[in-house]
Amino acid sequence: MEVNVKNMIKQKETNRFFLRFTEKAAPVFFLLCAAISVLTTIGIILTLLVETTAFFSRVSFWEFISGTEWWPFGENPTYGVLPLIAGTMLITAIAMMVALPIGLASAIFLSEFASEQTRKIVKPVLEVLAGIPTIVYGFFALTFVTPVLNTFIQDLPVFNALSPGIVVGVMVIPMVASLSEDALRSVPNSMREAALAMGSTRLEVAMKVVLPAALSGIIASFVLGISRAIGETMIVAVAAGSTPKLTWDVTESIQTMTGYIVQVSLGDASYGSTAYYSIYAVGMTLFIFTFMMNILSQYISRRFKEDY
Amino acid sequence: MNTAAERKHTFFANTVADEQEYVSKTIYNVDHFNLWYGDDQALYDVTLAIPENQVTAIIGPSGCGKSTFIKSLNRMVELVPSVKMNGSISYAGQDIFSSGYKVEQLRTDVGMVFQNPNPFPKSIYENVAYGPKIHGIRKKKVLDEIVEKSLKGAALWDEVKDRLQENASGLSGGQQQRLCIARCLAIEPDVILMDEPTSALDPIATAKVEELVQSLKKDYSIVIVTHNMQQAARISDKTAFFLNGEVVEFEHTDKLFSNPEDRRTEDYITGRFG
Repeated sequence: MEVNVKNMIKQKETNRFFLRFTEKAAPVFFLLCAAISVLTTIGIILTLLVETTAFFSRVSFWEFISGTEWWPFGENPTYGVLPLIAGTMLITAIAMMVALPIGLASAIFLSEFASEQTRKIVKPVLEVLAGIPTIVYGFFALTFVTPVLNTFIQDLPVFNALSPGIVVGVMVIPMVASLSEDALRSVPNSMREAALAMGSTRLEVAMKVVLPAALSGIIASFVLGISRAIGETMIVAVAAGSTPKLTWDVTESIQTMTGYIVQVSLGDASYGSTAYYSIYAVGMTLFIFTFMMNILSQYISRRFKEDY
Repeated sequence: MNTAAERKHTFFANTVADEQEYVSKTIYNVDHFNLWYGDDQALYDVTLAIPENQVTAIIGPSGCGKSTFIKSLNRMVELVPSVKMNGSISYAGQDIFSSGYKVEQLRTDVGMVFQNPNPFPKSIYENVAYGPKIHGIRKKKVLDEIVEKSLKGAALWDEVKDRLQENASGLSGGQQQRLCIARCLAIEPDVILMDEPTSALDPIATAKVEELVQSLKKDYSIVIVTHNMQQAARISDKTAFFLNGEVVEFEHTDKLFSNPEDRRTEDYITGRFG
């Protein structure tokens, strides 16, 4: 029997109603799914705003942003957020000193020097590193890195900024490496060929052609890495201690914004107390920091995007 | 060019001696060269001699190995991991595949222009200055001079002299290709390899590049791959016809297009296939 396509298409017409329904319904379903994350974000921001307002009805805004003492659990509680910000900055700075050079160097190796086989092994290993729960990193910092550091630094307290800072850095490496590698790999091969054909060595190609061409993506990966380090919670909660301190001494016990929020939410403050509301004010501060980092990273990728 | 048809032809250009005692030195000597990509053989027993300070065109249908051949001349073909070769290619008397031969040195002496213009995402100035810079030339004044000279050599200076600091991606395709030629000239190579340099360009830009090739040949030996037979006829002194990885015929251009020896060459140039 001959196949008559025209007739077959006509016969399928009968099913058109169902088709037309799904055609209309599917986009609505997709929209609802997208709306969930948007609504959640709005909900979180609203909660933060409401509770933060409650906090500032008890503590002056000026005291909060300029005070150098953070001591919410005493006879005379003080709410100066600067020590917590300093703690977060300290951890972030140490982490970035570890993550940026190592992450970028790994990315350059993977993208420009590794053979296909090596890449096939190293990339999944990096991704495993990214999949380790941060609480595990926290105990790694407390029970392995700190004792190791102790052999070099005499009198290092059990809780200090250096050890969790390094481990946060290690945690961020895969993210920086992976995003930077994507940026490097998206530089077209014709650029590498052009440079090689002029007698460049592979190192010259990597450093003078590919790296500058991928700079926007690399910086964006750095900024996202910083944002990740600022928001990191478990590692610092476990290994950095809980002593808010305005210090740049990495061997001292400190507290970060995230660390403080964990401490209070674990039950150190009763519901409705000023200390309770303070976690929302600190959370808001934290949110503003990471939000600005994300905006910055988007701005950088757009502003410095290279056309090949 | 006008005497080329009268020249006697021999396979090796360095033994060519016509009625006017014409002798051209050989810059590249390719000897029984075979090349495989994995298990697929792409070049079969290629043997030819590329003359100095002339334009040598490589023609042939798609997939005949002409790009593979030209990329073998500066060892760019080695970027394909599965590539295997035997036979020899010697440049200026030295086997380029011998151990200890510096590939960076070869690629400094032998420049290459690619099928699609591939300027770096940098300024026009930086594109041209890149080569001299990686080879250790740092003085601003010297670089300025090199940039101007190279852009003039590539017939691009007048069009870009007022916007040297602008990004090269703002140039038209034809200008980008001439910029790539300028970038190549900046390190003063002896040979320029061109892999279908005009296939991505419009006819006017193509004419400009062809004109440029003609003017460059007094200082450079040029090897140009082209799928355009008219182009080969217009600009080259000698032409090699490749088919299925073999050199079918290597001849003075006028001779090859007017009186080919091989039946397959005739079929190809008269448009019976390809």
